[in-house]
Amino acid sequence: MTNEELKIAVSALFPSVTYDETGEYLTVLISPAELSPLMNGLRSNGDLSFDYLFCLTAVDWKTHLTLVYHLQSKVHRHVLVVKAKITDIANPVIETVSDIWQTANFHEREVYDLFGITFTRHPDMRRILLDESWEGYPLRKNYVDENMIEI
Amino acid sequence: MAETEKMIFPAQLHQTADGGIVVSKLDEMINWARSNSLWPLVFGTSCCAIEMMSAADAKYDWSRFGFEVARATPRQADLIIVAGTIVMKMAPVLKRLYDQMPDPKYVIAMGACTISGGPFFYNTYSVVKGVDHVIPVDVYIPGCPPRPEALLHALITLQEKIKHETYFGKSKETGK
Amino acid sequence: MNLLGEDIITEEGEFVINIGPQHPSTHGVLHLKVWLDGEIIKRVQPHLGYIHRSIEKMSENLSYRNFIYATSRMDYLSAHINNQACALCVEKGLGVEATPRAQVIRILMAELTRLSSHQLWWGCTGLDLGAVTPFFYAFREREQIMEIMEETCGARLTQNYSVPGGIMYDIHPNFQKRTKDVMKQIKSKFQEYDDVLTGNVIFENRTKGVGYLSAADAISFGCTGPTARGSAVSCDIRKWHPYDGYEKLQFDEITETGGDCYARYMVRMHEMKQSVSIIEQLIDNIPEGDFQAKTKVVLKLPKGEFFQRVETARGELGVYIVSDGAASPYRIKYRSPNFSNLSALDHMARGCKIGDLVAIMSTIDLVIPDVDR
Repeated sequence: MTNEELKIAVSALFPSVTYDETGEYLTVLISPAELSPLMNGLRSNGDLSFDYLFCLTAVDWKTHLTLVYHLQSKVHRHVLVVKAKITDIANPVIETVSDIWQTANFHEREVYDLFGITFTRHPDMRRILLDESWEGYPLRKNYVDENMIEI
Repeated sequence: MAETEKMIFPAQLHQTADGGIVVSKLDEMINWARSNSLWPLVFGTSCCAIEMMSAADAKYDWSRFGFEVARATPRQADLIIVAGTIVMKMAPVLKRLYDQMPDPKYVIAMGACTISGGPFFYNTYSVVKGVDHVIPVDVYIPGCPPRPEALLHALITLQEKIKHETYFGKSKETGK
Repeated sequence: MNLLGEDIITEEGEFVINIGPQHPSTHGVLHLKVWLDGEIIKRVQPHLGYIHRSIEKMSENLSYRNFIYATSRMDYLSAHINNQACALCVEKGLGVEATPRAQVIRILMAELTRLSSHQLWWGCTGLDLGAVTPFFYAFREREQIMEIMEETCGARLTQNYSVPGGIMYDIHPNFQKRTKDVMKQIKSKFQEYDDVLTGNVIFENRTKGVGYLSAADAISFGCTGPTARGSAVSCDIRKWHPYDGYEKLQFDEITETGGDCYARYMVRMHEMKQSVSIIEQLIDNIPEGDFQAKTKVVLKLPKGEFFQRVETARGELGVYIVSDGAASPYRIKYRSPNFSNLSALDHMARGCKIGDLVAIMSTIDLVIPDVDR
């Protein structure tokens, strides 16, 4: 499907989404509360059929955090990007997608480890790359560490 | 005057009627035996481990110098070649491995990451900036990664360092 | 509670052992907690982070030319392909395309890297399963390729040859002749590889039927590269989203239907032959011209995000750069193939024995610094 057809198909299922077409891929913007129905729909709908989640990450914009999901369909070969904006940076929470795509299990643990975003209903929510006793979330822009030698 | 011959190990052979007498210093014999049969521990964390494997293969061949038998367990190893970056999560593991090795044990720090943190010195939160913060090091090899010949040079340097050790009598350096 | 004060929950008759982080397998520092019932594996839990060098945080303070060196150290066996991915992503942001000469040379280096990576994998697979001879045979060929790389790029392992715009400097005059000679020699060795390991009855018994991964599971776990292609999932980025001129080349995407360790092994063996064929197509047809497109001295990407996907020897690498207009990236994320391939290990290993776990790990072909970044 082309980007135009994708927009029509996604809007038919979820009228409340907005789009950002400045980048290379079509980007869908959604609020964190509505993430789970959108992701379930994208996976299960036969025309969309996004069965391959190839990148799950977060970006810290200082006033808010954005979760970015890159999805592809192996059947139809189209690519879609979903972004969810979390405004509560003191206590960021969002729902997991690891029951839809099993690769999200490790990726969400990494996002929790480095950004501090908690994923509800995740089967194993703990740090993956750093020690269990590490304090702080290193990839945040306000991370301070006296052991880090900065240029 | 008894005849003496040059031997392949550090000793002198005095010919006598039936065979001969070998005379040597015990320090030299022990050092010769120890330096020519150092068994390294299989330990490699990142890219330098590939160059260490290249030093073990047929082209560079460290088994010419006696390092062939790489042990998997620290209880049977004499030498640990720290090949690769050490991060804060790995440092206690390295210390435990070093403690499990029996004396005499030696450490070679291979690569820039083990000397000082290397290319990961600035703006990293998890890298130990030099493995000598964790265990004492005998030989340092600069490079990122160092060539296998550099590793062989380090092994020979370690052998020469071992040949200066003393177990009996006065030490050459300190005089004690 | 165990000695470290952790709660390990086991059922009747089960016990937990640790494999790693220091172990004689050559993959790196991977710590596996394995729940066992006798010798049957009930569950495998990987513990990562023993080589987490904070590359993503470090790159936020480096310029767009400088950050490429760290990716050579991520998956060091496909170092050139990682560098190529970063250079391509920056070029995408700048709107610059590499010159034709640079593109062809980048592909040649990428295929040489893929070939040498698969050879090392083959040697280490033999070593993990108990055969020591393949290790020496594999390094014999690999050393020749590394000598070619050293002559042109200056380094054996961490080449850093790709820059945004092209390549750093032109190829050595000996490059073409040497590569042709080495390709001729490597082609004559493929039969030897098959004689030593592939047809060996012990090897076949240890890998056939072991570690089954279905196609649907491979896609759900995000597996890519030979790990997924062994389960009949078509995912070669060189075919799906070609870059740097791959669309003009004649080569096959290798898939096998077995889904077990033997199928993944055969995928890599055939891929080596495809790499040799690509190199032979290009080695005499390197276009003349500049080796680097003109770019500014200080590179600044416009505001926005850029994603570049390439096919490394282990799967799909994605470089995701978020830029806010400055001279350093605001956020870099590396979607590494080994991170996703490793997440499928638990699923593949349940019900197998410990010896099978070694076979599964060696056919997934993990490089742990790529998992931890």
